[in-house]
Amino acid sequence: MSSETTLLRRISRSRTDRLLGGVCGGIARATGIDSLVVRVAVVALTVAGGTGALLYVVAWLMLPEEGSDRSLAHAAAVDRGRDLGEVLAIGSIVLGVILLVRATGVWFSDALVWPLLLAGVGLAVIWRQAGDEDRSSIMKVVDRLPRPGAGPAPADLRSRRAALARVALGVALVVSGVGAFLAASDAFSAVRQGVLASAGIVGGLALITGPFWVRMGRDLASERRKRIRSEERAEVAAHLHDSVLQTLALIQRNADDPRAVVTMARRQERELRGWLFENEQDMPGAETLAAGLARAGEEVEGLHGVSIDVVAVGDLPLDDRTRALVAAAREAMVNAAKWSGDETVSVYAEVRDGEASVFVRDWGAGFDLETVAPDRHGVRESIVERMARHGGKAVVRSTLGEGTEVELRL
Amino acid sequence: MTSTAKPRVFLVDDHELFRSGVRAELGDSVDVVGEASEVRAAIEMILERRPEVVLLDVHLPDGGGRAVVQGVAPQAPEVRFLALSVSDAAEDVIGVIRAGARGYVTKTISGPELADAIRRVADGDVVFSRRLAGFVLDAFAASPGPSADPDLDQLTAREQEVLRLIARGYPYKAIAKELVISARTVETHVSSVLHKLQLSNRHDLTRWATERRLI
Repeated sequence: MSSETTLLRRISRSRTDRLLGGVCGGIARATGIDSLVVRVAVVALTVAGGTGALLYVVAWLMLPEEGSDRSLAHAAAVDRGRDLGEVLAIGSIVLGVILLVRATGVWFSDALVWPLLLAGVGLAVIWRQAGDEDRSSIMKVVDRLPRPGAGPAPADLRSRRAALARVALGVALVVSGVGAFLAASDAFSAVRQGVLASAGIVGGLALITGPFWVRMGRDLASERRKRIRSEERAEVAAHLHDSVLQTLALIQRNADDPRAVVTMARRQERELRGWLFENEQDMPGAETLAAGLARAGEEVEGLHGVSIDVVAVGDLPLDDRTRALVAAAREAMVNAAKWSGDETVSVYAEVRDGEASVFVRDWGAGFDLETVAPDRHGVRESIVERMARHGGKAVVRSTLGEGTEVELRL
Repeated sequence: MTSTAKPRVFLVDDHELFRSGVRAELGDSVDVVGEASEVRAAIEMILERRPEVVLLDVHLPDGGGRAVVQGVAPQAPEVRFLALSVSDAAEDVIGVIRAGARGYVTKTISGPELADAIRRVADGDVVFSRRLAGFVLDAFAASPGPSADPDLDQLTAREQEVLRLIARGYPYKAIAKELVISARTVETHVSSVLHKLQLSNRHDLTRWATERRLI
């Protein structure tokens, strides 16, 4: 989802921070810009060619009010579909009259009439679709328009700031009126005329086709969301079927062999955990010491049916030396799994100041180091000598009846 | 708080299956005085029944185990919490510990071990799993930088030794033997670590927890 669509979706016309339609207040809330700044910008755009007012009306039509999910334009298009004919008919008549007037030469300027006409149509649509709040704010503005003979506006203005903004709006309207007049009487350059005309056309097109595009954009976005969700669901279902359901079936079949059941459940647990968290963890495959040890633990667990719990503090990338460390640790795990008789083997790895230590601990039978037969190559060759070859060392501590700990340092 | 009577235990977990599993595993070793599956009901019932130990699932809808601790602690500070988690996400675990839980164990723990952990928590002790010990070592490993309270922000050499042995899989008794200290002293060190874990303002503690999961 692009950030623009989410931003657009977040904008709604404010119910609380509003002078007219709540458009500026809504934009201010969605973007974090002060609403006064937004209002000044709109006024400035109005003064400089009239687009500000037009865009304001367009936004009023297109943005849903806070708490509602439908814009006035949307409501007009959906609810009052049958009114559309009426609108079209009236519109055609008006257009015809205007063209007729234009042909007779009694005419101001295209640049003045069309934008005003469009804005008028927009206001009419707003009026027709507006809720009470929209309507009352329009009425308020109309009430406060200076009228001949009327005194100053009543002093029940909501706040000084609102009053100031209203004055600014009035000034802007006057200035833009003067500007439009000057433009119409060719006091400005032809370039200016062109800009006004194209702004009018763009604004008109936006006004007419806008609701359609907005609706289509929203529909597309929600459809894409739905599709992504259903793809995810399919993936999860496939994965659960391949792994978890299979394991559950196996467990049911092996219900009378608790050891096998535990092994299968643990393997499934690891697998599922890895699958669930793989995206959130920056640990690619077995490229680090901790990951290598975890994988070695899994393998030994699978082969010998004991549970091997790896806890790691700090980590190192895997190279020849750390690979040797993992291999030696794996051998120690195998020994513990095979000979100790304990059901859990604790593996603890720690990297401190560039030095890696791995402890493999069981609390099983233990043995007497002196009496180990010389043909038991496991400890001597796989562990002690392998560590020595890579500049590390291995210490095996064991007490009969209190288990064994193999300490590897590198 | 007597260790002779059976500890009065309350279960909070949103999985009925897991609760009945725990009840069955604990069997006669504890006295289960109630159970709840959601935060609000849990707080209400715990305040009413005043168990000694609450076995608390870290993952609950509506705020997690943390919300339960925070809801109960002000009114019933004597109730102790043992967090039980399957997720091992560091931020969850550290969250519930910092809220005030006295220990943390994984759901794969065996029945007798769990009963033992409950008894220790009921006696006022602290229960650290191997993972939690590893986590604390890792989180306190980096130098804390400028620190408002160095006593809280750093582990003593002895505390590190104790934690390291826990992480290596040593029970308290074996740790005491290895370090030639009394089991009571081991317990004191672990309590002190828990205290630091709950009160330290080390900024990297939280960051560490969110960046990593305890696998």
